[in-house]
Amino acid sequence: MTVVRPGDWLVIAAGLAATVATAASQWGQAAPAHAQVRLDGRVVAELPLTGRHRVSIDGALSSRGPTVIEVEPGRARVAADPGPRQYCVLQGWLTRAGSVAVCAPSHVTLQLTGAGSMPDTVAF
Amino acid sequence: MASTAGPASHEVQPSARDRRLAHYAAAAIAAALVEAAIPSPLPGVKPGLANVVILIVLARHGWRDAVWVSVLRVIAGSLLAGQFLAPGFFLAASGALCSLLVLGALQAVSWRWLGPVGRSVAAAFAHIGGQLLLARAWLVPHDGLFNLAPVFFAAALLFGVVNGVVAARLMERNPQ
Repeated sequence: MTVVRPGDWLVIAAGLAATVATAASQWGQAAPAHAQVRLDGRVVAELPLTGRHRVSIDGALSSRGPTVIEVEPGRARVAADPGPRQYCVLQGWLTRAGSVAVCAPSHVTLQLTGAGSMPDTVAF
Repeated sequence: MASTAGPASHEVQPSARDRRLAHYAAAAIAAALVEAAIPSPLPGVKPGLANVVILIVLARHGWRDAVWVSVLRVIAGSLLAGQFLAPGFFLAASGALCSLLVLGALQAVSWRWLGPVGRSVAAAFAHIGGQLLLARAWLVPHDGLFNLAPVFFAAALLFGVVNGVVAARLMERNPQ
């Protein structure tokens, strides 16, 4: 009797299909829908990630300049911020739903929202 | 040893089936222990070598014997590895239970049409599926766990095929 029989191929094909389908559904881009900008925790701008936008926010350090949020199709970033260490600027483009850039000195946050929002961290 | 047992005592006489089951269970436990020594990058990704033994028992002696060997393997294997009643034990038990149920259901399908390879793959998917569901319900109560599902499924496919081919070849070489 042969090692691999007709039904075996069927099961292997089904297993392959299940693997590919799970990979597609789990690892597919969780497309972010909006860039949400908050100042002191309040939403001050909600920009769709479809077109190009540039928004200036006068944050807690507004005497030293505005925080500039830049949106392009599918991504957003903090283009400029008066904060001393520039962490939120250096973070660059955010592309995944749920990712956040925090400009703590300015009290400004930029977050991408969308259907497939992921947790920041899972610890167990 | 001379038996001095009185009339009220019983001496358990292992039947041929008992010996056979013990024989297979010993092989499965050895395989599980060897495997426990292999480092794995991800908990849950394991070759499942003991399942080669389960498949051979299933093919030669039927589902009930396969259940016995599997149960003995999970309990004795975890005792020897110091994992009895630890989380890993429950994961192994739930995986083994699910794969036994699938193998039991597949017994309705002719072995001429569905051989050890297909059964092995189906059982491997059931095994990791059962583990994932228990882990999701109990150990990692977050859907983020399912992000790893494609890795687990790919491993199930690969090791399922390999174990099935190994079992089929072993049976070919050692015809009963």
